[in-house]
Amino acid sequence: MTAQLGNIALWIAFAVALYGAAAAVIGHRRHRSTLLESAYSAVLVHCAVVTVALLCLEYALITSDFSIQYVAFNSSLKYPIWYKIAGLWGALEGSLLLWAWMQAVLAAQVVIMYRRKHRDFIPYVSAVLMGISAFFVSVLLVPANPFAQHFPVPADGRGLNPLLEDTSMLVHPLLLYSGYVGFTVPYAFAMAALITGRLKEEWLFITRRWAVTAWMFLTCGIIYGGWWSYHVLGWGGYWAWDPVENASFMPWLAGTAYIHSVMTQEKRGMLKVWNLTLITLTFALVIFGTFLTRSGILNSVHAFTRGAVGYFFLAFLAVILLSTVSLLSLRADQLKTQGSVDSFLSRESAFLFNNLLLVTFCFTVFLGTIFPLLAEAVRGVKVSVGAPYFNYVAGPIGLGLLFLMGVGSVIPWRGGSWASLRRNLLGPGLAGVAAGCAAFLLGFRGPWVLTTYALAVFVMGVAVQEYYRGIRARRRTAGEGPVQALAQLFIRNRRRYGGFIVHVGFALVAIGIVSSSAFKVEQEGMLKKGEMLQAGKYQVRFDRLTSGEGPTHVKVHGIFTIFNESHEAGEMRPGLRFYPRSNDPIAEVDYWLGLQEDLYVILSSFDRQGAWAVVKVLVNPMVSWIWIGGAIMALGTLIAMLPTRLLSATGAGEKP
Amino acid sequence: MKKVLLPLAVIPLLVLLAYGFWTDPTAVPSPLIEKSAPPFALTLFDGDSFRLAELRGKVVVVNFWASWCFPACYEEAPVLEGAWREYKDRDVVVVGVNVQDTEKAAREFMDRFKFTFPNGPDPGGKISIDYGVYGVPETFVLDKEGRIAYKHVGAARGDVLMGQIEGLLHRVPPAVEKKGDHERGA
Repeated sequence: MTAQLGNIALWIAFAVALYGAAAAVIGHRRHRSTLLESAYSAVLVHCAVVTVALLCLEYALITSDFSIQYVAFNSSLKYPIWYKIAGLWGALEGSLLLWAWMQAVLAAQVVIMYRRKHRDFIPYVSAVLMGISAFFVSVLLVPANPFAQHFPVPADGRGLNPLLEDTSMLVHPLLLYSGYVGFTVPYAFAMAALITGRLKEEWLFITRRWAVTAWMFLTCGIIYGGWWSYHVLGWGGYWAWDPVENASFMPWLAGTAYIHSVMTQEKRGMLKVWNLTLITLTFALVIFGTFLTRSGILNSVHAFTRGAVGYFFLAFLAVILLSTVSLLSLRADQLKTQGSVDSFLSRESAFLFNNLLLVTFCFTVFLGTIFPLLAEAVRGVKVSVGAPYFNYVAGPIGLGLLFLMGVGSVIPWRGGSWASLRRNLLGPGLAGVAAGCAAFLLGFRGPWVLTTYALAVFVMGVAVQEYYRGIRARRRTAGEGPVQALAQLFIRNRRRYGGFIVHVGFALVAIGIVSSSAFKVEQEGMLKKGEMLQAGKYQVRFDRLTSGEGPTHVKVHGIFTIFNESHEAGEMRPGLRFYPRSNDPIAEVDYWLGLQEDLYVILSSFDRQGAWAVVKVLVNPMVSWIWIGGAIMALGTLIAMLPTRLLSATGAGEKP
Repeated sequence: MKKVLLPLAVIPLLVLLAYGFWTDPTAVPSPLIEKSAPPFALTLFDGDSFRLAELRGKVVVVNFWASWCFPACYEEAPVLEGAWREYKDRDVVVVGVNVQDTEKAAREFMDRFKFTFPNGPDPGGKISIDYGVYGVPETFVLDKEGRIAYKHVGAARGDVLMGQIEGLLHRVPPAVEKKGDHERGA
């Protein structure tokens, strides 16, 4: 019953989306306002019926209706309610339904917000959004139907992939999907701008906040994914350049380039084609990433199924690329740049270099990701591209970005003099050099590490200096107190001052990544009872094994006593979980987090009589800085995009 | 002209991606094929000892399994026992290497499938590491000279296994590794 209702809802949603897309375009072209209004209603109806479909699947999950195959394969009677709910995005079909739903909600939101305000854009925007929605619903109807029936009905479901049984499961996918879906709004507006030929900065202003919001979700999603990988997967790292990670990182890079380069168009009327290209690239990379991770054409640590879903996504990618590139080349004449870079030493040239680096980075990751495919197609050999390749290119590019981050944000538009540049960069530059020297004296070695520390401190120095100058200026001119002045800075130029916070967060992430990669200590050994393993300043003693049962699995824990420089510091219990339906045991790592370093212990294997255990001990320096930096980046983005009204209500009242 | 040609630039990429559908990224040939099999000794669950080195001149099927590996190990268990019963009098030995398991669970598994072929644990996973076992089950077929002729990832299939054994008994050149369904329906 639930399944039928869900399927009917999906079919209606598909038909309504197609109708909405067509009616919007025809209604607009022929000036038929009733038709146009019906198109907008179709967007809302589409949202409503997809919601019905979503609720059907959630109902089936919560009530454990195992007659639906998706529920039988991805849920279990043993689960607490929140894992049942999260089963929605535990596997392909459900997560695509969630995606389609988010897409539908977004389209409805856009239509409600803008249909009166932007009458020229919205018909095409809703047509594009409905086109995207129709695509997702079509995938749900044919190759990945979440409502497929299952006979005979099993007594209990198989449960989620054991790796997903973690609270991060409740957060990470939602963040990532919000990011992916969010970028469709600027993309749809860009398409509308190309179709209507209204190529001035209007579409950029409308979608600015959407793009930044989407970027924030994507950033949080990626960093949260790193945290998940770190504390659940049990290999001691947070990023492995796996295709599925790259799939989220590539749109992030393109999106980051986009949110920076739009400022150049807003201020100087430059880079029009470039911005349209970047937003298309971002959206196309989202679809490309989904194609990669769902088609099974590449090998990945993540288990993917091969199936018709891949054909659908490839066809959709083809439609996006062909249509956008055609539109761009048709409108090429109208996309002539108005301004030009006046000076090498200008904000716009800094943004150009920033874009260059980000897009190069993106292309490098892209190449590394699809290289195995290329090699097999051209030379017929199997190759794999590993982390060393990516790390090799990520290092210099990352440092270049840090450098530009500091310099770019203090050079004025159109160009500044060397004198002003010196005035703006002297303080932060000295702070950076001092930090590098201090790190050297403290015993840190390695050119990469020291350069990163210096540049990161330089970026933070720039931020502190700009805040200080801003506050000082306001105190002088408006006579405000420091707190009030700070609030006013946010109110009057929240993008700039929020942006500085994001940069500081990024600098912290960079420090965390570089330190944890450079100074990681890793030891592995087979310990008999009472034996010790030394890792850095820690000693780990194997005491005994215990076993227990979780709701869905059997687990064995090793009990280890930890000594910190020969002082007893506590007990750690890493374990292995054995799931009845899984081919490999899953590590349950134990870790102590710290600002300075994390101690991370993995039980690799053990003797069934409890006489010995193989244990891997990692000392990971400053990994926490990545999570803290990520949180600060999110905070900065929030400040940059909060409506001014809200800020003035919380901060000091606006002065006349 | 340019307006037509520009969009065509994306086509090579799309073709490359479409090509991906014809490839199998997991079918990486094992470097061990045609190499001599790493020697090992087992203390069997019934107390006897087993030495691979003593089996020159016989075709040997080495299977890595665990009782917690469901469903693949459960699917292949009857196949392995069947192959043992069918071929044990024809110079073929099937041996099971039990990986990362508890003795109790392993014995229950063997009772359940009425195993009569030699089986023993691999303490510390040494044998699995020598054979480059990525996950259970994996099955290796060794020729009479002690070389690895074939490797199968995932549940062993009767027809494939029999084909390999027959081939080696009659000295037909060996085939390369094939990827089986390691994780069914995942």
